[in-house]
Amino acid sequence: MEQALLTVNDLSVEFSTPMGIVKAVTHVSWSLHRGEILAIVGESGSGKSVTALSILQLIATPPGRIVSGDVLFDGQNLLALSEDSIRTIRGRKISMVFQEPMTSLNPVLSIGRQMTEQMKLHLGLTTQKAKQRAVDLMKRVGISEPEDRLRQYPHHFSGGMRQRVMIAMALSCDPEIIIADEPTTALDVTIQAQILQLMQGLCREMNVGLILITHNLGVVARYADRVSVMYAGRIVETADANLIYEQPRHPYTYGLLQSVPRLDSPRGSTLTPIPGNPPDLVDLPSGCAFHPRCHIGQSNCQTTVPELISSEQAHSVACLYSNQLLAENTI
Amino acid sequence: MTEPSQSNTTDSIALIEVNNLKKTFPGTRGVFSRTRTGDVKAVQNVSFDVNKGETLGLVGESGCGKSTIGRCILKLEEPTDGTVDFDGKRLNTINGMDLRNYRRRAQAVFQDPFSSLNPRMTVEQIVGEPLLVHGLEKDTKERRVSASKILDLCGLPRRILDSYPHEMSGGQRQRTGIARALILNPDFILCDEAVSALDVSIQAQIIKLLEDLRNEFGLTYLFIAHDLSVVRHISHRVAVMYLGRIVELAEANELFENPKHPYTQALLSAVPIPDPAVERTRRLEIIEGEIPSPVNPPSGCVFHPRCPLADDTCRVGVPDTIDLGTGHLVACKKVDQLELH
Repeated sequence: MEQALLTVNDLSVEFSTPMGIVKAVTHVSWSLHRGEILAIVGESGSGKSVTALSILQLIATPPGRIVSGDVLFDGQNLLALSEDSIRTIRGRKISMVFQEPMTSLNPVLSIGRQMTEQMKLHLGLTTQKAKQRAVDLMKRVGISEPEDRLRQYPHHFSGGMRQRVMIAMALSCDPEIIIADEPTTALDVTIQAQILQLMQGLCREMNVGLILITHNLGVVARYADRVSVMYAGRIVETADANLIYEQPRHPYTYGLLQSVPRLDSPRGSTLTPIPGNPPDLVDLPSGCAFHPRCHIGQSNCQTTVPELISSEQAHSVACLYSNQLLAENTI
Repeated sequence: MTEPSQSNTTDSIALIEVNNLKKTFPGTRGVFSRTRTGDVKAVQNVSFDVNKGETLGLVGESGCGKSTIGRCILKLEEPTDGTVDFDGKRLNTINGMDLRNYRRRAQAVFQDPFSSLNPRMTVEQIVGEPLLVHGLEKDTKERRVSASKILDLCGLPRRILDSYPHEMSGGQRQRTGIARALILNPDFILCDEAVSALDVSIQAQIIKLLEDLRNEFGLTYLFIAHDLSVVRHISHRVAVMYLGRIVELAEANELFENPKHPYTQALLSAVPIPDPAVERTRRLEIIEGEIPSPVNPPSGCVFHPRCPLADDTCRVGVPDTIDLGTGHLVACKKVDQLELH
């Protein structure tokens, strides 16, 4: 197997809050390859965004604190870099697309000014050259009349168009990795399809690694190559997208798949919700954090934290009884 | 698969009848001068019925007018034109005791369970308030008893009676909103994006609760949502809206298995199914462009600028709504080509 483009090793992140220490991310490890789309799935508060933000040192410290771990990219540990050094990577080799395109664009600067800024900074282009490149990029992401659009301001753009601008900006310095944090959650479904189709195409074409953070299991099924599922700050399962849907090994993954309504299932088809609520990150359950909601858990789940164990076909799962789940579902 | 509510829908007595409903909002520009610009045509000539015991799903993308229809039905907005009837009574002119009675029989559950609950009231006060407003139970102790009974039904522990909204999880808040809607024993509940803000595992719990309550009390829902998979799961019939108009309406399975309108087809194709094996076999039709502004909607069929089938005839004259049989309604001039498409 070729060498990983980006490797996250044993990452733990905490936040101090008035209520106590929030363990947002605990011992998270994964790797991303060139041209690959890795989806990180989980519900709100599962730690998926914090993981992504930590990679580029975008966690505010304090209250945040990286407790342990390293992020290897290009032979260096991104977490150990100085602010000056990480700035040569952030937006240049690793770029980000955020959920809400209105808050990530500056409302008082023209789109052209915002698009050219980082090209001038990172690539040393002249204003003229940067503008030309911005026009090309806008065409590439499907924005018509780019010369006119560059003179406009964010409020002139619709949500979908703003997200295209964000993608164009993310691509502007030929990055090796794009981190997309819920890039289409604020968009309508037909626009979501346009944007994700575009991102998928661009990644394949330019051999860029894409980290797709989402809570939408349908989006993952359609676009991702590999999936990591997070629960309460930990990775509970990682596998090929096909495998994880066909043969989920963690009861949480299984529960999620059983609880989403599907467009192709008729009314009244069974929906099996996961009982209970996601845990309080200040006061996590002992042992496996999922045990209070788990249907196969046993008493030792309350005391033992299951490790993420890799089995055949690079399918890793953090559950003491994952074989039991497998047996149950093959009957 | 059979369910108890099915029998309620077959006798098809309309509880709500919407006829040629129109709602325009005046558009203005500037903070002080308030220059009139074009009107926002939020809803244009919409007609449909909701039968007793039925759940009608209303889907469409943001700005298509689905929430405005809901608000007109609840009399939170006055229609610009057209009529809404509830159980034979015309809502446009309803007043006095009839209006009071209507306010009891029609309730709503909204999307954001945080902003729709008063942060300074306890759950007991929130859930019991409708009883007080309608003068049904003046005694505080009895109201507490009624509130705790409803909480039981909605799967909330009684100890939550004295909690405030900020002390609860999103799912519990949504259950509280449902309990408040239910306490007056209504006939009709408008669910406007009622499960959209919830995490997947909690969303399934609330969908199940809504289904159970419907079956137990014979409730009628107008289920407004943008998540088509959820709508399919819960609705008996589904109406698809685009830019203020209903473009297609059919029995749920028929609509999802056999969509006719090019917009419905594009919309369904855009929704990914959480199963890579199924996704690989699907033919995706991604439509280009974006929804035009409702201030200045396209002439003729509002969908024509994005429609793969559109020709010159679509640019003039709004398409009639045609019944393809068994109540499958579609508003498209190319209806003869739809089968082939």
